[in-house]
Amino acid sequence: MKSNLTLQNVISLVVGIIFAMGLAISGMTQPQKVIGFLNPWDWDSSLLFVMAGAVSVHAFFYPLIKRRASPLLNAQWQIPSRKDITIRLVLGSAIFGVGWGLGGYCPGPGVVSLVSGDFRSLIFVIGMIAGMFLFKKTEKYLGLPE
Amino acid sequence: MNAMIFSLMGGCLIGIAVTLMLLFNGKVTGVSGIIAASMSKPNKEGAWRMFFLFGLLVGGILMKVIRPESFANFSDRGIPMVLFAGLFVGFGTVMGSGCTSGHGVCGVSRLSLRSVTATFTFMFFGFLTVQIVRHFLGGGL
Repeated sequence: MKSNLTLQNVISLVVGIIFAMGLAISGMTQPQKVIGFLNPWDWDSSLLFVMAGAVSVHAFFYPLIKRRASPLLNAQWQIPSRKDITIRLVLGSAIFGVGWGLGGYCPGPGVVSLVSGDFRSLIFVIGMIAGMFLFKKTEKYLGLPE
Repeated sequence: MNAMIFSLMGGCLIGIAVTLMLLFNGKVTGVSGIIAASMSKPNKEGAWRMFFLFGLLVGGILMKVIRPESFANFSDRGIPMVLFAGLFVGFGTVMGSGCTSGHGVCGVSRLSLRSVTATFTFMFFGFLTVQIVRHFLGGGL
């Protein structure tokens, strides 16, 4: 299959729309639900169902789709295949977790909530882009192996 | 009960979205990676990222019209804390190569050891942070 970049762009747009609607319907765009989920003493269990829904759908289709030699619009699969657990992976995920608990936003819901008119999502996204930039700039000084 | 059904429905939609991305484009739908990569010089191969991010905003607008309560933010987090939240999320997701979507949904679904590790790690540190904010900074939700 030859890569068709134009159609890939159309699919990406559609995926973005469905993904955003899923996030909004599921409650991920309501930070108090995320914070409530991360607090077992007054647990808001509903977000467990978000992950259960998303993972069961994708885990069902993933092996079926991967039987194909290539995706429908791309010459090859672009799926990460690394298996090594690194300090960088664990430390980065821990730092992300701290930010997630502080604000109740992860990257997707943060971006989707930009349209909500809530000033805090804008501040979150500005901070997130600054944080990404900061990591890219300081990466070489951190001395963390790939 | 009602909230759980909405969460399950929304979760299934997220699962459908990342499945379509895999089937057609052969790619992982990792939002943090898409944002981080879209910050570098634009090229033809990377244009899909801008389309995806634009789609997120379009989907957000649709939901704002259909169901505005989807965006009700009752958390007590103030501006400075949200700014720090963003900095940590941006820094950590690039360092850890993924967030809730790339690791938590796509990676966990294919039983990637790295993604399962990442997901347990960010959930645990999210939980710890919520406890610290509650007990030492007087925060609630």
